[in-house]
Amino acid sequence: MEQLIAAILTMVAGVLVCAAYFWSTNLVLDWIFPSKGKFGAVASRNLRIANSIRPWLFLAPALLALTLYLVYPVVQSVWLSLHGRGGQNFVGLRNYSWMINDGEFRQSIFNNFLWLLVVPALSTFFGLIIAALTDRIWWGNIAKTLIFMPMAISFVGAAVIWKFIYDYRAAGSEQIGLLNAIVVALGGEPQAWITLPFWNNFFLMVILIWIQTGFAMVILSAALRGIPEETIEAAVIDGANGWQIFFKIMVPQIWGTIAVVWTTITILVLKVFDIVLAMTNGQWQSQVLANLMFDWMFRGGGDFGRGAAIAVVIMILVVPIMIWNIRNATRESGGH
Amino acid sequence: MNPSRRSPLTWAVHLSVLLLVLLWTLPTAGLLISSLRDKDQLAVSGWWTALSGSSRNAVARAPSAENQVERDGKFVISGNLLEGRGEVSAFGFSSREPTKFKPGETAELNDGERLTVQADGSFEIVSDQRMEGSRGQRIFFTAATPPRFTLDNYAEVLSAAGIGRSFLNSLTVAVPSTVIPILIAAFAAYALAWMPFPGRAVLLAVVVGLLVVPLQMSLIPLLQLYNGVGAFFGVSAKTYMGIWLAHTGFGLPLAIYLLRNYMAGLPREIMESARVDGASDFDIFVKIILPLSFPALASFAIFQFLWTWNDLLVAIVFLGAGDDKLVLTGRLVNLLGSRGGNWEILTASAFITIVVPLIVFFALQRYLVRGLLAGSVKGG
Repeated sequence: MEQLIAAILTMVAGVLVCAAYFWSTNLVLDWIFPSKGKFGAVASRNLRIANSIRPWLFLAPALLALTLYLVYPVVQSVWLSLHGRGGQNFVGLRNYSWMINDGEFRQSIFNNFLWLLVVPALSTFFGLIIAALTDRIWWGNIAKTLIFMPMAISFVGAAVIWKFIYDYRAAGSEQIGLLNAIVVALGGEPQAWITLPFWNNFFLMVILIWIQTGFAMVILSAALRGIPEETIEAAVIDGANGWQIFFKIMVPQIWGTIAVVWTTITILVLKVFDIVLAMTNGQWQSQVLANLMFDWMFRGGGDFGRGAAIAVVIMILVVPIMIWNIRNATRESGGH
Repeated sequence: MNPSRRSPLTWAVHLSVLLLVLLWTLPTAGLLISSLRDKDQLAVSGWWTALSGSSRNAVARAPSAENQVERDGKFVISGNLLEGRGEVSAFGFSSREPTKFKPGETAELNDGERLTVQADGSFEIVSDQRMEGSRGQRIFFTAATPPRFTLDNYAEVLSAAGIGRSFLNSLTVAVPSTVIPILIAAFAAYALAWMPFPGRAVLLAVVVGLLVVPLQMSLIPLLQLYNGVGAFFGVSAKTYMGIWLAHTGFGLPLAIYLLRNYMAGLPREIMESARVDGASDFDIFVKIILPLSFPALASFAIFQFLWTWNDLLVAIVFLGAGDDKLVLTGRLVNLLGSRGGNWEILTASAFITIVVPLIVFFALQRYLVRGLLAGSVKGG
């Protein structure tokens, strides 16, 4: 309890310090370059100088934090990936050549590509279908809320939920995991699902799809509603049926949004860590890059060189999407 | 509208949505129901049978011959198979036919003894001669236990499993990590939206780029930095201050981007008329923009709260895995390892970890959706 009070006090203090910073720097600026009460050239010169400095005062705390917590670490990670365990001895590209020959790394890359192929595709697909269906029924909003709900659940919480579903008891005893109970009821053999190499990847992916479908649904549902009525009416008049309207008229008009959803989930997939850690911790050939990186950070006291090298690989996979995002954003704000 | 033609298709839509909703809610429902069940029942039957009760096959041993009493010239051993809970549906005395008799029936044992078991579990062994032997008769029975719901599991995890402690830790991490970035981001967002300065477009592009930088890139350098700072000042490198600042840094790109987009959409006239009246940028921001931006601020606050509450990676790396500083997600991972088979512990703990985000979600869903639609998502 004490620590919570301390936390709230720190929070209030932090907010006050920030407010004081913005307020006082602003005051100082107006005091050094006063424009009120001055005349003509002096006033307009002071105003111009003050206005060219003020944005940077507004930006300074944010820029400082972004630099310290994101920009510097990216540079430093690349640099560290060229060094040994402790981060001191320069080893050139040796971490990368180790990586290429490491079975676990290759397993992770393979699994990551599986995740990248399956999770964004299925999440977007389900999201699109659900968005289209729920728009037609009166209780669509309730349905949407329920499907959106897993979004609020932590990956670890979701892992527990699904581990319970995948729970395995030896054949003959009563299954308390839903999946095995269904399999047994249908006359099959119960399986320890998450220990089946290769297939366990898919059982882990289900969790992320379960969480991310709601996100895709919300975005795509808004996009579907934004489609101009006339295009659909025209298609109806031309005698198009429901499928044709959906796939030939509506979907092509929201390709841009589908791409945004797809790439956002792709980024998330590349960083997936908690689910794998909680479900298998990379055993039974289910390792992925983010978990492998975490593993090397602490394994045997931690190997910062190898850990950083794996992080750089994740970063490299993200870069194309990053560039695409920046392009889109600059194009959008071009008019502003 | 031709209802007779529309109806089959409409039914198909209703049914498929219902199926999808079930698929998406059943996992969570199973967890919640299981966490409320009696732990003995939870261990032997699926949660979907929770209402029908469970039936179990068991074997008990009657008291030995020393406990017999003489009554009306007969010798009797009596007792109860169940302690007042449930109902016997069948019994027997040999492992080959454990369910041969119905309750109330009398079974002839091999040596002239007669066994009667009632539905409530009470039994009698009656014999004409004095019974011998130091071991009691084995009785096989099938008992149906009525469904039992209890809060015991929650009481246990809150006290014994350290969940209560972790709950406070999670709150300690999440609340300041949500509030601190807002003010910093709001000022920066205003500058990026409404103050002309050279390099603004580049800065905006940088922020968009930083949105997707994987957290993994930051971990090792920041860990080193924190260790260095900790050693320099002679304090621990794993502090709440450290994690608050880390979450602030990681949350800023999304905050700035969301708020800038929102502020850039506000009407220019408001600001221009204020400026004509002699208001400075600072006044405009504090008195006009900040209040108008409340929806965007709320959206970001919800995102950031969910993300910091649900985060595992940042907490483990910057707060450590020490028992007194474990957040809920970290505690849950530990329990998965150490109490992997105790589903009564796991389900109750998991529900406690997800209940706060769920409340936030249901109460403030509107803002969450609006934030998502603002065209940017960081994702967990």
